[in-house]
Amino acid sequence: MTATQRMMRVIKPIIFIVCLVPFAILVWDTFTHNLGANPVEKLNHRTGIWTLRFLLLTLTITPLRRLTGWNTLIRLRRMLGLYAFFYAVMHFLTWLVFDHFFNVHEIVKDIIKRPYITVGFSAFVMLIPLAVTSTKNWVRRLGSRWAKLHQLVYVIATGGVLHYLWLVKADVRDPVIYGSVLAVLLAYRVWYKRASLLPLTQVVRQ
Amino acid sequence: MLIKVKRRSEVSPSEITPQGLYLDRRRFLRLGAGSAVAAAALSSGFWDPAWAGVKLSKVLKGGPYNAKDELTPYESVTSYNNFYEFGTDKEDPARLAGSLKPRPWQVVVDGEVAKPGTFDIDDLIRPYALQERIYRLRCVEAWSMVIPWDGFPLSDLLKRFEPTSRAKYVRFETLYDPKQFPGQKRSVLDWPYVEGLRIDEAMNPLTLLAIGLYGEVLPNQDGAPLRLVVPWKYGFKSIKSIVKISLVEEMPLNTWAKTAPREYGFYANVNPHVDHPRWSQARERRIGDFFKRETLMFNGYADEVASLYTGMDLRRFF
Repeated sequence: MTATQRMMRVIKPIIFIVCLVPFAILVWDTFTHNLGANPVEKLNHRTGIWTLRFLLLTLTITPLRRLTGWNTLIRLRRMLGLYAFFYAVMHFLTWLVFDHFFNVHEIVKDIIKRPYITVGFSAFVMLIPLAVTSTKNWVRRLGSRWAKLHQLVYVIATGGVLHYLWLVKADVRDPVIYGSVLAVLLAYRVWYKRASLLPLTQVVRQ
Repeated sequence: MLIKVKRRSEVSPSEITPQGLYLDRRRFLRLGAGSAVAAAALSSGFWDPAWAGVKLSKVLKGGPYNAKDELTPYESVTSYNNFYEFGTDKEDPARLAGSLKPRPWQVVVDGEVAKPGTFDIDDLIRPYALQERIYRLRCVEAWSMVIPWDGFPLSDLLKRFEPTSRAKYVRFETLYDPKQFPGQKRSVLDWPYVEGLRIDEAMNPLTLLAIGLYGEVLPNQDGAPLRLVVPWKYGFKSIKSIVKISLVEEMPLNTWAKTAPREYGFYANVNPHVDHPRWSQARERRIGDFFKRETLMFNGYADEVASLYTGMDLRRFF
């Protein structure tokens, strides 16, 4: 079995199932009344936190691949990104249904007036084109523009962290941890780009 | 002759747990879950009526201020708490409550009073007949509960110490002891927690000092052994585990107003028309409900308290 085959036939299916575990636990806790006194809040928080975790995991693939040379990792990236979208949809729905029960007026007011919702909602909306254009067909169709479009994920993840930071009352520890992980992941990209450009500019100067 | 053939699934009378025993068991479980202190007291063979979960005797019921709303279950009231002294998660207080020792407990009464002093909690509360008060509690985070408190009016206690004419405000302080309150090891807030009321708010008959809920001694996670309950204000005003009550001339700076002055004020009256800068206060989720309901002005206590704020701009004094 080649490395690619092992990835596609063994590792990826396993990771696929593992990524569903938080969802399974959520469903289990819902039906066993194990979500505490405020189940709606808990559903909302847990789906939100898993969205953020999957966004960060998605952003970890490229650095990890470059650092380890394990190139077939790239085959997990789309799946992780789509899981981020999956949890984001549920997060969005708990807000839409339980907080506002589809009351459009209230929803619009919330989005305009509340910075943490403005930024969270925008991040969610930006995720939609990324999920739609994640298929092979769209990758081919968009060509080099695909990579440009998907750089939006940096904005989305930053928005997600801000969304979290702006909603906590006083204890910013958790959002700061997520923010720091994101900062490291983004800083690596900046560093990598510079490092790879440097020889090139030297060549140009010569 | 009628011969009764017992089906395999049928329960024979001898297997049925007597109701009394069953209820005792429920109660025992509740005690166990609610308070590690109670469990520790049991195992050490020591029993004190001050421990959480113990029934309070002679509580007057059915006063004029009881809310008609459906009560929030005891389990929710004692498992979903904002009490940062234990931790910032809602489940932290119930999980970590065992470290707090509500006896022996001293309360200092000082400041602008004729008779200041330091009192043992039991001496402090002894003179007062306990009343049940079913109050709505509205958290600033837009959720709410309905809780049957057991306590006595703050005004009864204050009068006993004879406030002077310079007593314009009452300042309350929570115990500071990181050994008992593990959450105080982190400086999430500026410990000790401080709250305050204007003297007329403190003397309002709705303002309660609670030592119990659901007819039982306060569980630690709900602010044992002594807490304030101000039902027309956001929950953070109802300070828990009080060790100091001071009558003062100047408006005290309460902890949340100090932490985020743009977001939390001194008054913190429940007001659906004045939003928190980051979220709406127009609606709330009653614990146990899935959907939100409209928030009432002064949490539904406008008849009793609106006159305290006549002529005041409640947007400015939020």
